[in-house]
Amino acid sequence: MSEDAVFRALADASRRQLLDRLHRRNGQTLGELCEGIDMTRQAVAKHLAILEEANLVATRRQGREKLHFLNPVPINEIAERWIGKFERPRLSALSELKRNLEGEDHD
Amino acid sequence: MTDAARTTFVYVTFIRTTPEKLWTALTSPDFTKQYWFGMHQESDWKAGASWKMVFPDGRVADAGEIVEVDPPRRLVLKWRNEFRPELKAEGYSRCTVEIEPVAAVVKLTITHVMDRAESKFIDAVSGGWPKILSNLKSLLETGEVVLKQTEHVG
Repeated sequence: MSEDAVFRALADASRRQLLDRLHRRNGQTLGELCEGIDMTRQAVAKHLAILEEANLVATRRQGREKLHFLNPVPINEIAERWIGKFERPRLSALSELKRNLEGEDHD
Repeated sequence: MTDAARTTFVYVTFIRTTPEKLWTALTSPDFTKQYWFGMHQESDWKAGASWKMVFPDGRVADAGEIVEVDPPRRLVLKWRNEFRPELKAEGYSRCTVEIEPVAAVVKLTITHVMDRAESKFIDAVSGGWPKILSNLKSLLETGEVVLKQTEHVG
């Protein structure tokens, strides 16, 4: 959930490889993610747990299967921190507008 | 997407807010405009009610209906695109919104499903959802004044 967890999770080539695989095909089981990959099932499971902890992977149960989905929201937050310079002022400007319209005092 | 005839995307974000405030942010048109690129929704938010996402100029972007509504926990919408013929042709998608308190924050999960493989619709919305959710998180966590207002409204 914390930004440090996101960066730590992304700082590993095997975990990035798992994210790439989910980007190509979203919603895979552990078994599917292990196919044709040079890692033990145990290692893949461990990497997936770290990715899930960092909120980069979301899981859903479908019947007896647990499906893994790439969750790009934390990556977007990282991008906005350094790239989306214009987004935040726009948000505060809109908050300001709303505050004015609704007659809230400024202090 | 193990099921070949289905495209699913799941988006999760954790927001420092309450389920009630998040519900208001998700359903109030004034709030929606602030994080959804100026667009707003029109609905009575009752099961079976119609639902629309409207552009700032009044054109309808998406339309559908409320399938399930359980404030402030769960909302299921059925919607299709209305302004791009190739996306409209794919028919209705199903979007499930789940709100769950986790320790001091609220977990928001959006699951968007289209019952077809390689959905162009899901591909089109997949670029938008992360931005919308980041905007929403930023607005709820930094826009303190806005939150005070929702308490009056909500």
